[in-house]
Amino acid sequence: MTAIFKREFKSFFTTPLGYVILIIFNLFSGIYFWFGTLYSGSVDMSYVYGGFSMIVLSAMPIITMRLLSEERRQKTDQALLTAPVSLFGIVFSKFLAALLLYVIGISVTLLYSVVLAFVAQPAWNYILGNYLGLLLLGASLLSVGLFISSITENQLVAAIVSYAAMFLMLMSDTIANLFPVQFISTIFYYLSFQTRYDYFVSGVVSVDKVMFFVSTTAIFIFLTTRVMEKRRWS
Amino acid sequence: MTIEVKNLTKRYGQNKAVDDISFEIKEGEIVGFLGPNGAGKTTTMNILTGYLSASEGVAKIGGKDILEEPYEVKKMIGYLPEQPPLYHQMTVLEYLNFIYDLKRVKLPREEHIESICKLVRIDNVAKRVISNLSKGYKQRVGIAQALVGNPPVLILDEPTVGLDPKQIIEIRTLIKRLGESHTVILSSHILSEVQAVCDRIIIINQGKIVADSPARDLTASFGSIGTLTVRVKASDEESVFRMLGKIPGVDKVETLGCKETGSFDYLVTAKDDSDLRNEIVKRVLERGWQLLMIRAQEATLEEIFIGLVNKTSGKGGKK
Repeated sequence: MTAIFKREFKSFFTTPLGYVILIIFNLFSGIYFWFGTLYSGSVDMSYVYGGFSMIVLSAMPIITMRLLSEERRQKTDQALLTAPVSLFGIVFSKFLAALLLYVIGISVTLLYSVVLAFVAQPAWNYILGNYLGLLLLGASLLSVGLFISSITENQLVAAIVSYAAMFLMLMSDTIANLFPVQFISTIFYYLSFQTRYDYFVSGVVSVDKVMFFVSTTAIFIFLTTRVMEKRRWS
Repeated sequence: MTIEVKNLTKRYGQNKAVDDISFEIKEGEIVGFLGPNGAGKTTTMNILTGYLSASEGVAKIGGKDILEEPYEVKKMIGYLPEQPPLYHQMTVLEYLNFIYDLKRVKLPREEHIESICKLVRIDNVAKRVISNLSKGYKQRVGIAQALVGNPPVLILDEPTVGLDPKQIIEIRTLIKRLGESHTVILSSHILSEVQAVCDRIIIINQGKIVADSPARDLTASFGSIGTLTVRVKASDEESVFRMLGKIPGVDKVETLGCKETGSFDYLVTAKDDSDLRNEIVKRVLERGWQLLMIRAQEATLEEIFIGLVNKTSGKGGKK
């Protein structure tokens, strides 16, 4: 398992992919930090964290698109699947490698907090809560992307479908308003990742929101293993 | 390590890629799977290695069922798939180290990987990135990958495909050498290749085993002694042609033209597979010509297939 994890993580940086991801995170969160916090002379970072869901949306499909699709296209999955490793082990180590890259990407926000610490006393528990929310949001979207990447052999298809899926999941509260029928918009509103993430941004960490993200992640990792298992049998 | 396959079937929708095949392989045997493309060789190998699951039947390696004890079984197998599973952006050494970790090998790392590199002659490219290697080297890295962890069973899917003749001979010699300490299954669609390397040949066609016999017996029973290529050194083509035609038992003589200066080649077919060699030698020498070559036409894979299919359909009574 650690072998797959290590290889996967390293492979982000043997291609431009890992750098591109880190640039996206740094550049856009930097813009948010500059305009939202520094330029307006405030020490409120909620603008940065609030804007992060869009950054995550743009970066996530790039992280996940080739995780499993490329293995299948290059037939390297044969090495993994004929090695004494469980399917879950393969999927989970890929998930962890992607998660680590993501965590490094969002860690830049901690740097902003340190910058602010020079001029004001940062509310560390608030920052940590935000960070946790960002981590959970990312983990659940990563698992969705991982799942989509397991379905196709084509990176590009995986990326595009992931964009669509993640957009839907993240934005379904906005989409909900488009439906005049009450119960449909309620369902869409309920499914939104964004509304739940907004609780974290406003400084509220509640168990049900945490559970929502954790279970979404678990479900999609499980589904990914099922897709791979099914392929063996069909 | 023994391999035991019983009533293995793999269905893809309506199609049966592998149709109720059974065989046993003893420890230390080198067995060749022979068959045309799409016969089910790769599917069988994929099932044995646990990459695919069979629709029906059992595959056991060293007495352990691949479905019940997948980790134990996978540890015993080194597998070279049809397309070597290489990560192109890694160097050879990085890749082999990754495979070493992946298989959780306990042998001393550097020594083990170095010895494999030497064995398959990739030590000179060990530090190069795989994507820059030639097809032959990539194939050898694929073989090296299968050898990591020194598994007792080697399953090699078309190990010499894409190699040049010199490399093919090297790889064949290597497989023969590995066969001394491993149980080896390899697949090929080239008859001479399996004959050169294997102790035993299993011929698969359309998902079924059509023959399973020691390598030597196979061509002996299907190579027909009734068709001979004869090369005679004589003054003119015509007189030899007439002489050969007069030999009792000859069905047909064809001239194959001049392939060596001053000599002529003929293809002689006997009426009922009788052995004409003695008679031809005698008559050629009687006339003062020189016999440069006389060779029984070797059965090709196609001929063996036709022979086998005729045989089985003759028994079954259906055309």
